Parts: sequence; structure tokens; C-alpha cells
Amino acid sequence: MCISSRIDKAFYDIGRLDILALADTPLHRLDPRAKLLATLVFIVCVVSFGKYEISRLLPFSLYPAVLIGLGDLPPGYLAKKLIMVSPFVIFIGIFNPWFDQTVMFTIGPIAISGGWVSFASLIIRFILTVSAALILIASTGFAPMCMAMEKLGTPKIFAVQLLMLYRYLFVLIAESLRIVRAHSLRSFSRKGKITYRVFLQIAGNLLLRTIDRAQRIHMAMLSRAFTGEIKIVRQFSFGYKEWLFAAGFSVIFITMRSADIAGLLGRLLMEIK
Amino acid sequence: MSHHIVAVEDLKFNYPDHTPALKGLSFTIYHGESVAIVGANGAGKSTLLLHLNGFLAPTNGQVRIGDSLLTCDTLQEVRRTVGMVFQDPDDQLFMTTVFDDVAFGPLNLDMTPEEVKKRVEDALETVGVTDLAERPPHRLSTGQKRRVAIASVLSMAPDILVMDEPTAGLDPRARRRLIELLATFKHTKIIATHDLDMVMDLCERTIVMHAGEIKADGRTTDIFADNDLLKSSRLEKPLRMQGCPACGG
Repeated sequence: MCISSRIDKAFYDIGRLDILALADTPLHRLDPRAKLLATLVFIVCVVSFGKYEISRLLPFSLYPAVLIGLGDLPPGYLAKKLIMVSPFVIFIGIFNPWFDQTVMFTIGPIAISGGWVSFASLIIRFILTVSAALILIASTGFAPMCMAMEKLGTPKIFAVQLLMLYRYLFVLIAESLRIVRAHSLRSFSRKGKITYRVFLQIAGNLLLRTIDRAQRIHMAMLSRAFTGEIKIVRQFSFGYKEWLFAAGFSVIFITMRSADIAGLLGRLLMEIK
Repeated sequence: MSHHIVAVEDLKFNYPDHTPALKGLSFTIYHGESVAIVGANGAGKSTLLLHLNGFLAPTNGQVRIGDSLLTCDTLQEVRRTVGMVFQDPDDQLFMTTVFDDVAFGPLNLDMTPEEVKKRVEDALETVGVTDLAERPPHRLSTGQKRRVAIASVLSMAPDILVMDEPTAGLDPRARRRLIELLATFKHTKIIATHDLDMVMDLCERTIVMHAGEIKADGRTTDIFADNDLLKSSRLEKPLRMQGCPACGG
């Protein structure tokens, strides 16, 4: 695929999370703060396991699975998003098998080294945490999430920065898309490949356009009586459902973190046999 | 309130590199008037508009809005009175949902949440986009964005609407609907545009600018009938005033 159509696709793809967030399901109706809290506890629990842990991580897949069901989210789409980001994590973990060659256990004639185990553990953690974050956004929307962060005590300036960043991400992508398109239309023999020299020019151009736009946006804000603080009206209601969701899942995660549920189940099964 | 609402006196403006952009403009716009500002690219239309809201400070001369002279002290009041609709709605709609965007001005004017909600709903209803309230602005069409941009200004209940190219980039139907919408507004309107046919529909008065000066200021029908004036200002007659190329009529 050529560059411009790839950017095009990314553009429509990011927007799809917003569309998903517009749905009306029990999960979407929850106060964003409840989902944010539960997801934070989830991530902390998953990340805090030792580096060779695998079996005790597996029960945590319950959370994304339940949420996908509750929120009627498309698992295929979320999986694709995961695969898109996965190279970063694979790159971080791929050298583990070289550095850590102590044999942990053997399956038949194959010896499994600590490096492979920690690599697998890393991948599982990546899948769990990133899918939880994606589900959070797909069921809440970016803007309500930033507002929830602010209500939960994140400094206002960060929440607002994040909001603005998200709003203008699309404009910036569209702007870059137009430049790249214009470039590829007149770069016949190079097949749309951007050389370093041209890249510098494009980046500089984009920066200047961005500054211009920032100026215009600032004027638009000033003409609507902006005095330095962004105010937002939004009613949040943290009812019993929210308490149930946040507290319930937190208790489950902390239990799974502190007790070996998978092992317990295994032993239980063995005893019954 | 006095009956004149926008008074510009001997307005001069030089860019920081001393290039003159406005070379001494004077005009008065009265309450309820609808005035078009037309002129070639680079004639100084946008620069003039930026003075009406205090974004640029004149090198010489003054701008009076209602009873107050535009100074640093009156800036906030003037900006509430003068609602500015920008050319590119993406510059104007900076919040992440349509509702929040339209609520931005009223919230800054310290209204109660109920009042804000009412203002937003009214503004959205006026421009006919009530169903878009929860949508993110970047997913709207240009026509919808333009309507929301106008709503975001209407929600502050300005007395004067200043618009830069309101019909740019709209399809014929969206353009027609926008013109019909603007015609229902009772505000004093100042519209900078190249769309001379729209001017004929909306503005009884036209100011022609050329190279930083006012070349003519008068009734729209008189101005568009003056071939020499139009030609020397790099303009053309509105299409509907030109002969029919197919039938020669």
C-alpha cells in the first residue's frame, strides 16, 4: 500500500473508536469514572506480577471479555488495533530469550528458557492492558474520559491539553495527508517515497501551518470570552451501578493478584479427580 | 444605546514590517443593517474584520462598537457584542463535542448550567442541528460544521455578527440553506465575501475595498451596476446580473 492511502486509513480508523463510543449499552451508560477506576486497578494488578508469571495472568482476561460482551464491541477490530501496536512490545521483549537462557522447564525434548517465559509474560500483559485501555475508550469516548480524569483529580491543564490534542489530532492528520498527497502527485519516479531532505521541508511546513492555526484557534477562543480556563458542563452521576462496577471489579482484581486462582482451580480439579 | 452600532474612523494599520494594509478607512454601520465587504484577494477585508473584534490594534484611528470605544478595557464587552464567525470552521470548533463547543462562550460568561443548556439548545435549534449535539466536530461535513460554528457564536447572543466567507466550500444546496438562515437573523451583519450573489440576497449595502482603501460604499444594487468600479476593483458582476451566455438574453 502506498503512503498516502495508509495515512488515509489510519485517519478513518482512529475515528472509529469515537463511533463505537456513541453506542448505548449498559457499559456505555456507566459513569466514565467507574470505568476509569476499574481499568486503573486492572492495569496496576496486571503489571505488578513478577516477570516470569504466566498462569496467574490468564484469569485477568475475564475483564476484557466481559466488557466486550457488555459493551457489544467488535473483538476483531480491537484485535487488529492490538496487532498494530504489537511491534513495539515485541521489539522490547525479543532479546529476552538471548539474554536469559536458564532453563525453566522442559516440554518433551524442548527446553524452555526463562527468556521465552518472560517474553510470553510480557506479551500477555501487553494484550491485557492495551485491550483494557482500548475498551475503555471505545465504550466511553475520549472527551468524557478526559473529563472523568479531571473530576478524579488530574490537574485541569493536563486534561484540557489532552482534549485539545485529541481534537486537533484529526485536523493535523488531515493536514499532513494533504501535504503528502500533494507531494506524491508530483514525485513520479520516486513513487511517493519521501526523501530526508523533502521530509524536513514537509515537517517544517506542517509546523508553520500548525502555528498559524493555533493562532486562529486562540482568536476564536478569545472572541468567545476565553480568559484562560476551559469550562465544561457535564453531569456525572456515580450511582449504585457505578459503585458495583468499580468496587466489584477492583475486589476481583486484587483477589486474583493476591491469590493464585488458576492454581487453586487446578488443585481443586486434581482433588476431585 | 445609540443608533449607530459600528463606527470606524480613519482606521490605518501597518504590518510589523511597515507594509500598510489599511490606509485610513472610515464608515459607520447602523443598527440592524446588513453590510457586505467585497474586494479582491489581499484587499484588506480580513485585516479589517480582525480590527472589529480587537485582535489587531489600529496603527491610527479608532473603532467604536455601540457606545464604547474599542480599547483594552472594553475588549471583553466588545467581544461579547461582536460575534465572529471564522472562515475555517475547524479553527472555530475546538472542543471535542458540538455541545461543549456551543457551550464554550456562555460558560465563559459565567452563566448557570441550566442557562447554558438552554442557550446551547436554542442556538442549535436555530441553525437546525439539534441532533448533532453529542457528535465530535471533526466528523461533521463542512456544511454542518459551518452551522455549528454559527451556533457557537449565536449562543452568546451577540448584537453584531461578523462573518468571513460564510458560503466558502459549501455545496449549492447547503449554500442556499445558509443564506436563508442568515436572512432570518435580526442581527447587524457584516459579511466579507467573494460570493456576490449571496450579497444580493442578504446585504442592502456594500463596501468595496481595494488595496487597503474603501473604493465605494453604497447600495448594493448601485454598486453592482457600476461596471468601471467593479473592473478596477478586480470584481465581476454577480452571475444573475450578467447576460445569459446560452440564450444571449
